[in-house]
Amino acid sequence: MSAAAEDTVTEAPAVEAVPKRAMTLGTGTSLVILAALLVTPVFVKNFVVFQMTMVMIYGIAVLALNILTGGSGQFSLGQSAFYALGAYTSAVLMENFNVNYALTLPIAGLVSFGAGYLFGKPALRLSGIYLALATFALAVAMPQLLKLHFLEQWTGGVQGLTVMKPDAPFGLPIGQDKWLYYFTLVIALAIYLGSVNLLRSRSGRAFMSIRDNEIAASAMGVDVAQYKTLAFGVSAAITGIAGGLSAIVVAFVAPDSYTINLAIALFLGMVVGGVGWLPGSFVGAAFIIFVPNIAESISKGLSGAVFGVLLFLVIFLVPHGARQVAIVAQQMLGNLRKN
Amino acid sequence: MLATLRTAAISAAVGAFLCTSGPAFAQKKYDTGATDTEIKIGHIVPYSGPASAYGVIGKTEEAYFRMINENGGINGRKIKFISYDDAYSPPKAVEQVRRLVESDEALLVFNALGTPSNTAIQKYLNAKKVPQLFVATGATKWNDPRHFPWTIGWQPSYQSEGRIYAKFLLKEKPDAKVAVLYQNDDFGKDYLKGLKDGLEGKASMIIAEASYEVSEPTIDSHVVKLKASGANVLISITTPKFAAQTIKKAAEIDWKALQIVANVSASVGSVLKPAGFENAQGLLSAAYAKDASDPQWQSDPGMQKFFAFLDKYYPEGDRLNSSVVYGYGAAQTLAKILEMCGDDLTRANIMKQAANLKDFTPDTLLPGVKINTSATDFAPIEQLQMMRFSGEKWDLFGEVISGELSH
Repeated sequence: MSAAAEDTVTEAPAVEAVPKRAMTLGTGTSLVILAALLVTPVFVKNFVVFQMTMVMIYGIAVLALNILTGGSGQFSLGQSAFYALGAYTSAVLMENFNVNYALTLPIAGLVSFGAGYLFGKPALRLSGIYLALATFALAVAMPQLLKLHFLEQWTGGVQGLTVMKPDAPFGLPIGQDKWLYYFTLVIALAIYLGSVNLLRSRSGRAFMSIRDNEIAASAMGVDVAQYKTLAFGVSAAITGIAGGLSAIVVAFVAPDSYTINLAIALFLGMVVGGVGWLPGSFVGAAFIIFVPNIAESISKGLSGAVFGVLLFLVIFLVPHGARQVAIVAQQMLGNLRKN
Repeated sequence: MLATLRTAAISAAVGAFLCTSGPAFAQKKYDTGATDTEIKIGHIVPYSGPASAYGVIGKTEEAYFRMINENGGINGRKIKFISYDDAYSPPKAVEQVRRLVESDEALLVFNALGTPSNTAIQKYLNAKKVPQLFVATGATKWNDPRHFPWTIGWQPSYQSEGRIYAKFLLKEKPDAKVAVLYQNDDFGKDYLKGLKDGLEGKASMIIAEASYEVSEPTIDSHVVKLKASGANVLISITTPKFAAQTIKKAAEIDWKALQIVANVSASVGSVLKPAGFENAQGLLSAAYAKDASDPQWQSDPGMQKFFAFLDKYYPEGDRLNSSVVYGYGAAQTLAKILEMCGDDLTRANIMKQAANLKDFTPDTLLPGVKINTSATDFAPIEQLQMMRFSGEKWDLFGEVISGELSH
């Protein structure tokens, strides 16, 4: 009886197994994309540079969710809470304690790791949609917690905190936007490579075995509880770093920036990018930033509905998101080479 | 020889041309976003998200500028009104405003809505020296020309309104014992500060204060506590849901204090009706704009222009919605500024003209409420008129009162 009940609960969120190699792009493709990312800011307006920076920041946050869901098979609708925690940690340290902005990021990551790990402990007892609901509660609570009266002297309450935007160091002759772009690019790259390695490591294999079959994983000697909380912690830490970066780049934090809408946007980005495919995180991030703008330009009054239709089309035509598109493209290229 | 002669003739002609056209060049001055034929206005408002009800303001303003364009534009230039959705999210507001300034190259950013969104873009716009005109929020901090010379407010600040209630009390009820109930956030605190500043040396008139959190389900206990203080005036600095609760509870426990409710909660439909009209009789508040549902304004020339505008350019707009009245007034103020700028459409001149409004009266403001600004006064509307609730509507009474500190 109990075994049957467990079955139905764990079956629902089952994610299609992803072979290890399919998690990343080929070396050649990666290098071309990297070169493009390095060169583009020289040729485009500062505003576009800013948008690209935001894509990378949201991309890091989506990637964090991807490790959790695509890697260890756990759902979270509470990523906005960790994002907010990271953003506020960075902002408060910079504004109230004059800490260098670059140094605030590891601290933001640590604080969020702690929060994620602690939250992961009790949340372990839940799985599938129940876990999603528990994290949902976290996302709903966060903006209100940030408004709390006794925190106001640091957080600025509902008014939020304005942060000084950093200039390029060592007198480099580039503007703030371009500097922050390259700064974010380096961090995004480090996190991306770190995540790929993590998922290829022993821990990554443990995550995936839990995702595919918890009972089998524990039979093979994987400490399920330990690895599940670890996945939560790592995901929260990376999300926190993304949040910290966003505080530096947007130069402002307020409780209203981190509502449940953000958590849903990140979830959406993961699905559009392809669950379990790490490069897709950045495609998903581009989707959640640019598609609402496109929807708005089609119809102002119905922007939400247009966005819904566009999203529906994506899910309907390419249910596995950007990953599917990439695979098809790869096959076509392969065919071309053969001919 | 011939060649040199020709050169001389050409240079003379060019010289003459430069001389004649010189003064004309001097008169017409433009910054990015303005040309001989067009002025680009940037605008953000939540069309989606939790505060999307305010999207109506953007639609009204868009319709207003369409009307202006059909009537020939401003000084011969058409208005290009570029309005984006910020979904009431500060990071989105930053993105959209940067898009307006750097990509669409708008001359100025007009009437952005919400304290958080405006705070998020204020530093950026001031660093870029782009006017942040007539922000749609009641916080007092927008009136700070020394630190933020490119940001200016529009509607009366919460502090102004607080000071107006203080003035009323000092004049009409100098022996009042005042109890204050306020929401514990920037809105409530701004109000309370205005009230205390307005009472000047007599802040001791306030004998009891209670604050509540927006998350509290009911504020009944605060009302009971305030009644026990023996106060005979209750100032309710509350948002609509709590304002209705306060009115109802005060009637329930038979507290016959004179009650003043903040302008944000003066709505007949969403506050007084749910609280019960019989409980709201004699309630006081203040207003600065005409209420389109009030029969006394049906034949008012200003409101007739407003109704004609709605009929022709924005027929789907709800005339009972105060946001429509708001958008009309704000858009009219911007049109006035652009008219005053003449052919000098530089960002600096726009700020100069915005700080140079003298007794300007948009169609939708109450008679006697005038917009005045100066280089040191970036708070356009500072006057309100008291009103008393009787029957099922508000009756204005007394004179228009100014909330400025100095007067």
